[in-house]
Amino acid sequence: MSDVTAPTVPETVAPAARRFAEASQWTLIFRRFRRHKLAYASLFVVLGIYLVALLAEFVAPFSPDSYNARFTYGPPQTLKFFGTDAAGETHFMYVNGHRMSFDPVALKRTFVVDEKSVHPVVFFAKGEPYKLLGLIPWDRHLIGPGDPSQPMYLWGADRLGRDVLSRTIHGARISMSIGLVGVAISLFLGLLLGGISGYYGGWIDEVVQRCIDFLKSIPTIPLWMGLAAAVPANLDPLLVYLWIIIILSLIGWTDLARVVRGRFLSLRTEDFVLAARLDGCSRQRVIWRHMVPSFTSHIVASVTLAIPSMILAETALSFLGIGLKEPVVSWGVLLKDAQSILALTTAPWLLAPGAAVVVAVLALNFLGDGIRDAADPYA
Amino acid sequence: MADPAGLAPDVLLDVRGLTKLFPPRRSLFQRKAANPVRAVEDVSFEIRQGETLGLVGESGCGKSTVTRLLLGIHQPTAGTMRYRRKDGGSVDLDRLSEDQRLAYCTDLRIVFQDPQSSLNPRLQVRDIVGEVLKVNKLVPPSEIDAKVRELLAKVGLRPEYARRYPHAFSGGERQRIGIARALATHPRLVVLDEAVSALDVSVRAQTLNLLRDLQEEFGLTYLFVSHDLSVIEYICDRVVVMYVGQVVEIATSEALFTRPLHPYTEALLSALPIPDPTQRRQNRRIRLPGEVADPANRPAGCAFHPRCRFASEACRTTPPPLRDLGGRSVACHHAEMLDLKGVDTIQTGLPANA
Repeated sequence: MSDVTAPTVPETVAPAARRFAEASQWTLIFRRFRRHKLAYASLFVVLGIYLVALLAEFVAPFSPDSYNARFTYGPPQTLKFFGTDAAGETHFMYVNGHRMSFDPVALKRTFVVDEKSVHPVVFFAKGEPYKLLGLIPWDRHLIGPGDPSQPMYLWGADRLGRDVLSRTIHGARISMSIGLVGVAISLFLGLLLGGISGYYGGWIDEVVQRCIDFLKSIPTIPLWMGLAAAVPANLDPLLVYLWIIIILSLIGWTDLARVVRGRFLSLRTEDFVLAARLDGCSRQRVIWRHMVPSFTSHIVASVTLAIPSMILAETALSFLGIGLKEPVVSWGVLLKDAQSILALTTAPWLLAPGAAVVVAVLALNFLGDGIRDAADPYA
Repeated sequence: MADPAGLAPDVLLDVRGLTKLFPPRRSLFQRKAANPVRAVEDVSFEIRQGETLGLVGESGCGKSTVTRLLLGIHQPTAGTMRYRRKDGGSVDLDRLSEDQRLAYCTDLRIVFQDPQSSLNPRLQVRDIVGEVLKVNKLVPPSEIDAKVRELLAKVGLRPEYARRYPHAFSGGERQRIGIARALATHPRLVVLDEAVSALDVSVRAQTLNLLRDLQEEFGLTYLFVSHDLSVIEYICDRVVVMYVGQVVEIATSEALFTRPLHPYTEALLSALPIPDPTQRRQNRRIRLPGEVADPANRPAGCAFHPRCRFASEACRTTPPPLRDLGGRSVACHHAEMLDLKGVDTIQTGLPANA
């Protein structure tokens, strides 16, 4: 009998086997996530966007509000390399100046590139002073014109001659943070209500689920419009921002609550949760040590996938003119400028913030997809 | 606590009239409430100290509900479960509140069927096995690791594996971890809920032998729940056969397999696979007509009568009580008259009776 009982174990445990066997769930998830190339690349794109949003004053060549009336609807200038200016000095990067003429019949300004004028563009250019992260006073910008008096519009200028690139960079701050803060509020509500719903079940579950059904059945745009209309018009822009976030998360929590509830329901019947109960674990311990860690990775995935819809919702609201308003700079507010056909035909570069939205949303979606696929390393 | 009902000295757990009804789900648009599901009804048996009691029956017959009632996962609708404590006194487990039950969670342990889902994939083996020691403060925190390594060695796993996660183990090894977890508290009764059903045949034999060795070493009592009769025959001293929530026969393993008294037991035995093709032709399989009865709408009289070839008028009207018949019990009106066919030898790939 003893020969049957003897377990089949290798004599020595190879380090490679140990690396796998002693890898925690998070290690496995990360290894799997890294194999998802698109998601892994998106992770860096997303981190990059948030970094840019955080250091907007430094990254943007100008402040979002500095304007130059001479360059109303000025077209984008192409960044060129190695050019010699009138003084015979060669510059690594430069832009050509524009010659402006006014067409009295069409009442239209036309810009013609002046190949002869060379304005150098430098890294860490001296420009308008600002406070980095709101703390450190500085006046250097990542990129900017060598001569601060010269204009530089890499993405063109808007109606008031403001730099679209700088405004898009500054807009990232509001647009990207609305996603984060909104999802944080949604997550709190979703975890709380979804957890209660899934853990207790019964009539509590029924009530919460019907509330979710009700909230989800309301058409979102009219609901937002109604709620946004209730926000006082003369409110501080920061408060409006908070209001908009709350309005967005009012809908956003429902999906997260569903996810959390579903995980709780399926985990409640898992044998290992039962085993924990039979081990004499308290209710708290069963929930926090055995149940919650089992679905945090799924929550992370859902949250990542919820951020882009928040960003899109903010953009939509502001575009319709019922969300954030000038002087606040967000991608939705910027896109509002591109509403009229006239503006679009004369200055199509006003759609540039839309490209930023697309990149951010796509990257977040790829990232979320990757995390979701990696979340269950045994699947 | 006094011992009014006189728990026989060798009895560890005495189950009397255990009943569990699951109320039907009330639907908003349903006027009349449906019948409750009678998962377990009037089940009585005893588990003697040091024995292995088998609990056998088709899926849905209430085996798992019985184990869940014993472990306190469900509260019984009726009936008593008298348990002999370590100090010799007895306690009615069914009367205890959830908190009071905790005191016995270290005495009564369970090994689950599915080794995949019964181990938390996020925890290392030492945390899985050590959880019960930690939560109940059975061992000082500094000694838990050493204790876990000792337990792993006992179930035939390398102690170094304590730092691994469940995903690194095979099904058989995971089940050993489950066994180590059950044994961590020095339990008295271990419920093996289909503990080897998910394992393939060779690993099953290893695990069964391990269970036997551990039983000898620690003086364990097993309640072995299974639908696999060959496994039951191999490891159990006595067997309880259930059909649709009720006990139909209780006998020693040998008596049950050589001469079943209940027609349902006979049908179960006839379904055992016989590897020898010459024998196969002689033993005709009894095919039961119809379906297993619905526990929400049990047939009147004997629940088995619609499928029984010996059913008479009495079977249709009067439910047969569980009767004592020469040291064994059977719930059949005609038990004495029937001459039912058992099995002589079982060869199902398990090693011969060791």
